[in-house]
Amino acid sequence: MTTGTALYDIPGPLARRRHRLYGVLATVVILGIVAWALYLLFDTGQFTAAKWSPFAYEGIQEMLLRGLGNTLKAFAYAAVLSLALGGVLACGRLSVHRPLRWAATVVVEFFRAMPVLVMIFFVFVALKVQPLPALVTGLTLYNGSVLAEVFRTGVNSVERGQREAAYSLGMHKTQVMTYVLVPQALRAMLPTIISQLVVALKDTSLGFLITYEEFLHAGKLIAGNLDYDLPFIPVVMIISPVYIGMCMLLSWFANWVAKRQRRSPKTEAVEVAPPEPGTLMPGAGTHP
Amino acid sequence: MNVLLDNLSLYAEGLLGTIELTVYGSLLALVLGFVMASFRVAPVGSLRVFGTVWVTVLRNTPLTLLFFAVMLGLPRFGIVLPFELFAVLALGCYTSAFICEALRAGINTVPTGQGEAARSLGMTFVQTLGGVVLPQAFRSVIPPVGSTLIALAKNSAIAGAFSVTELLGTYKTLNELGYSIIWSFVWIAVGYLIVTLTISAIFNLLEKRWGVAR
Repeated sequence: MTTGTALYDIPGPLARRRHRLYGVLATVVILGIVAWALYLLFDTGQFTAAKWSPFAYEGIQEMLLRGLGNTLKAFAYAAVLSLALGGVLACGRLSVHRPLRWAATVVVEFFRAMPVLVMIFFVFVALKVQPLPALVTGLTLYNGSVLAEVFRTGVNSVERGQREAAYSLGMHKTQVMTYVLVPQALRAMLPTIISQLVVALKDTSLGFLITYEEFLHAGKLIAGNLDYDLPFIPVVMIISPVYIGMCMLLSWFANWVAKRQRRSPKTEAVEVAPPEPGTLMPGAGTHP
Repeated sequence: MNVLLDNLSLYAEGLLGTIELTVYGSLLALVLGFVMASFRVAPVGSLRVFGTVWVTVLRNTPLTLLFFAVMLGLPRFGIVLPFELFAVLALGCYTSAFICEALRAGINTVPTGQGEAARSLGMTFVQTLGGVVLPQAFRSVIPPVGSTLIALAKNSAIAGAFSVTELLGTYKTLNELGYSIIWSFVWIAVGYLIVTLTISAIFNLLEKRWGVAR
């Protein structure tokens, strides 16, 4: 048992026996729930051959793979573009020119407070754009704004001495940024940036709602097929592990990077952020 | 401006739908998140595993996929509920994973010495928890819970696309009535800003009242 909690002492023999009893009881209850779910699945005939046969066909496998490819394509565009937009907006927010700073702040705060789906629908319905550009635009505006905040927090969290030392060496404002502050900030914020990309990857599934032919869309097409007895549950059982697996892989990568950066001597002057997506409240101003 | 004035009742209905989804979803998420957080810090191994699996899976599930599975999947098992309830269920379960992590992080910020001191004064487990650990955890947990609930309010827009009455869904009716799409979206945006900025203001107030003095 971990000792790093304020909740309870290290258990003695009696408490350990009690915990073991609770453990057995909890396991029984959890297994019961799992068994009940399995019973429901079997009872409603989700494992019949008819419902699983479509996945043996090459055409359907290709359709799923094409959907997955479209999902990854949207993610790649959105990731690159939102990193770029985040960089530009962060420059704006860190600028010494007041009008520029205000403009960037308004843009960032607005798009952070707006649901991604509203932006996607706006671009798709009102501006009558194709699904892929609409999806990418929406994702870019939202994630770019969040990433701008992440970049800004990173730059501001570099120890003050670093900036002062750089200025006292006679470096120009831009040099201080590019040679001293940004490299350290990026290292510290890399876990958060990757976690934000996980958010972008998850949100590519919103493309389903504007009929972009991505992974979920392919699944829906298969699920609605009467020839195979409407294999909805099998489709969910195939699609979700792939989606969740992709996101988990990226989250795990963020965790790994965070651990690595914390050990690195290059991040001594800045605290490495936890591997969580940017979660600042909109309208909260310069909250830490 | 006409778009708003002519369809005030439609917008009001949509805004009310969003607020309802947000409030009920938040309640479910807070309760479930609290339960899962207590599982994750429990001394019982199997509960810890269950909590960890719950959080890891839900945090990495796209919300659209969850909506898709809940709204269209649960009826296959003969579970037929109103769409609003399904939406609250999906939103609440999804957000509970994030709430759980926020609460757990909050509990972990309480120094071990606090609990040790409480126990050495002869306090029982419940007294230690209720009188010493949780009040301190609560203070540091306000901002992350606030931003999680704001995310929930924004995510409720997905429910609109699954034909639940909600703010984003109003654009369809307005579009059919022939109003300017751009203006109807402007007012939808204003509605969402009202909701998110209200939650933000509430949590800023809470933070000012109870937050950790920095």
